[in-house]
Amino acid sequence: MSVVVIGGGATGLSTAWWLRREGVPVTVVEKGIVGWEASGRNGGGATHANSPLFREEQRLWPQMDELLGYPTEYQRQRIRIAVTPTQLANMERGLVIAEQQGFQVERLDPKALRDLVPWVGDEVAGGCLLQFGGHANPQRTVQAYAWAIQDLGGTILQHTTVTGIRVRGGKAVAVETNQGEIGCDAVLIAAGPHTNRIAAMVGVDVPVAPARAEMIVTEPVPLIRFGGADGNGLYGRQTLRGNLAYGGGPHEWLELADARTPRPVNSPVVRSLARRLHEMFPRVAHVRVIRSWAGVIENTPDGRPILDRLEDPSNVVVATMSSVGFGLSPASGHALAQLLVSGRCEFADLTWLGLARFHGLDPDWRETAGWVPWSPPAPEISTATGVHS
Amino acid sequence: MPRTIDPTSLAGKDFAIDQHVQVLVVGAGPAGLSAANEAARLGLQVMLVDEHPVASALIGLDIPYLFGERLDPAVQNKPRMLERVVAARPELETSFELGVDVRLGVYVWGAFVEGPTSRALPHRLIGLADEERSWLVSFDRIIVAAGARDLALAFPGWDRPGVVGAQGAAAAMRLYQAFSARRVVVLGAGALGLQTALQAQAAGLQVAGIVDLASPQQGEALDAVRAHDIPIHAGHAVRGTLGGIELQGVRIAPLAAQDAAFDIACDTLIFALDLVPNVELFDLLGCAVSWRPELGGFVPDLDAEGRLSVPGIYAAGDCTGITSSVIADATLGEIAGRCAARAAARDAGIDVEALPPAIHPASLPDRDAARRHWLQSHAPQSGDDVMICRCEEVGLRDLLGVRPPRYLSYKPTSFEHRDLRTLAADGPINQDQIKRLTRAGMGACQGRRCREQVQILLAMQGNQPTGSVPLPSYRAPLRPLPLNVLSAHDETTEMRDNWVVWFGISSQWLPQWEPVPDVIDPRDDRRVLRDFEA
Repeated sequence: MSVVVIGGGATGLSTAWWLRREGVPVTVVEKGIVGWEASGRNGGGATHANSPLFREEQRLWPQMDELLGYPTEYQRQRIRIAVTPTQLANMERGLVIAEQQGFQVERLDPKALRDLVPWVGDEVAGGCLLQFGGHANPQRTVQAYAWAIQDLGGTILQHTTVTGIRVRGGKAVAVETNQGEIGCDAVLIAAGPHTNRIAAMVGVDVPVAPARAEMIVTEPVPLIRFGGADGNGLYGRQTLRGNLAYGGGPHEWLELADARTPRPVNSPVVRSLARRLHEMFPRVAHVRVIRSWAGVIENTPDGRPILDRLEDPSNVVVATMSSVGFGLSPASGHALAQLLVSGRCEFADLTWLGLARFHGLDPDWRETAGWVPWSPPAPEISTATGVHS
Repeated sequence: MPRTIDPTSLAGKDFAIDQHVQVLVVGAGPAGLSAANEAARLGLQVMLVDEHPVASALIGLDIPYLFGERLDPAVQNKPRMLERVVAARPELETSFELGVDVRLGVYVWGAFVEGPTSRALPHRLIGLADEERSWLVSFDRIIVAAGARDLALAFPGWDRPGVVGAQGAAAAMRLYQAFSARRVVVLGAGALGLQTALQAQAAGLQVAGIVDLASPQQGEALDAVRAHDIPIHAGHAVRGTLGGIELQGVRIAPLAAQDAAFDIACDTLIFALDLVPNVELFDLLGCAVSWRPELGGFVPDLDAEGRLSVPGIYAAGDCTGITSSVIADATLGEIAGRCAARAAARDAGIDVEALPPAIHPASLPDRDAARRHWLQSHAPQSGDDVMICRCEEVGLRDLLGVRPPRYLSYKPTSFEHRDLRTLAADGPINQDQIKRLTRAGMGACQGRRCREQVQILLAMQGNQPTGSVPLPSYRAPLRPLPLNVLSAHDETTEMRDNWVVWFGISSQWLPQWEPVPDVIDPRDDRRVLRDFEA
């Protein structure tokens, strides 16, 4: 059998890599550059104990540099920081899911926290050291997947846009692109915010809404032992180079007009990110922000992944990780490769991540939730005479 | 309009805005000053912003020019520097008289306008900052006269303190009067190099020589240089810089006889081969830019009156293109500034005639060839690896090999069959992709010292025109700003009360091996919790 993977993000690339490891002929079709969108520009977090894929993710990440043959900058463990007593109480509640599964958490009093994260202030409420989870460099990891696929003989077609999926006898038999047609025995649709548009080509509605989110990064500061330290309304990490890369805060819902993803811009929210980073790390108040960026991600109505093999066409699998895809990608690719080859995931219970849960979904679900683009009333333009229209 | 507003999204949220201006002018050089004064004369309310005098911490990062650690400690005295900047720009007096709101020592670090991924923005905003705080200003129209910056091209030893750019030297001599150089060698014998040498001579410095691969540009400037008996070494390449921590000289050799190298003693090398138009704001504002090597690189697309592709945005002066006539004649910038101000006024409904535009001559030399020649003669031929990105310590070999940064350990065997050429076989070379993989251009100087040379080196390696490597994106903040300065001290309560780490979808963070509960227990609402990240 041969598989066409539509979408060269972390999920699609990981799936293609797993397929090649099994010797399955695979072609990845990517409209731009691999990992160019959200997969390569996120916080790099890999700590999602609420996911059925998490155990497999935990098993795989420490091996990924070796398995892929290229560096991912994966680092184990995380630190949570609570600046205020309220945040400390919230942090405790958030640890329940992980601890119920047996993952270990070490509580840190302010002094112990300061010993590990010297940037926090005197007033910090506390924190914890997670003996699980971790983080990696998204840009380096997506390229590592792509190179590893090529090293195993897989094909990656960049700058190639999917224009249709040809179905015969209830099965997808070819993927049509602006560069020609690619015959196949199975298809994975893992096109991020474009997943619904691609799935519509086979008559399937995959409810996702795209949005823009943003991050800031500082100049490097000396490395601390556990760089995956965050809190105070921010997610992020210290990179192995030493930069502080953090995001969070309000997103902006988008409508994608066509097959392209427009360049996501930043907003003045970058100042609010700086404010929270400064509040959390007052001892590095002088450290300079040198860059910001934004990315486009998609969410399903309940914010959970859709990892499902369709009934019709029966050889098509759809995948969206609902805005949390990078960290879980070693495991999601493994699961999707199994869905494509054998029809079921052997290592995790994906029962509740199927499309069926959205049967009967209100067609106006995005409007109802307010998950649609919003524009302010037309601004007043002052004229030369000072009269406001 | 949606029936509901998602409270954790940007919809309906405003940002704290310090003030509104009809016309914001960025840059108080000849073009910006004349634009601001003309707009004020036409009855518009104008704010004129200029970053000089810049903080000494930025000077140390070679921002905005290649200062090469050759500014004396006087630059730490901000009030004195402010006086000198005002004294160096007498037209500012007119601005004050006309009621222009002049802000000196203020950085433009961000620009936020409506676009395909930015529809919720209630106003067009510019981010400003000084050394204490940042703030936002809304505007109707903006005239960008952001000037040009130094082109840095590698040569062996160029990363030693004492290597400054032509703009850095000019600012040090004329704007700050704080140049700590005594004996200089100028690299570049074109219009810029000759002018730089003459300015140094006039400032009382000893000019020990002018070096260039090419022959000097004929004309009055060359006659003046000759009259001062400044030695010109045409057809020479730089073989290295001399000295310990401090620069003590430069070693050069004729291109035709590389073993006939000789040394020239100097404490400062001024790299004056060329300049680069500042297009960073245009990129942030979403304005179209085009590759025009005869104008110095990427420049904004503009109509005859100075309008850009996005309505309400105008440009004038060096940031729209650099030519030898522009370098020699500052009045061309002044004309362009007035022209853009007239266009802004006309678009605001003021009845005034358009000014005839200052048009660049039709036939101009392609300066890309000279830049390539410089790199061909200096980067690949040196026996040692040449540093390209100084902030991130990316050498030429690392760049062309697309190697991970030196702080990472990795299997060298994996990269034996990976380099820039194999990457190019997978698709057109993209500098932003190379930046992410090698880190070239990712440092604290924000790529100012390597952006252009990386572009040229990538193009040369791919056997493609320089302009076919697209402009790598610029990002806010356009100047490095400390966390406590960029910080939104004026954040609205609406922003604060609705802040979430990630979307605030409660069901996302509950166990996904269970169905979504029909009703989510409020105690189980983990949307503010920290058990997740993107």
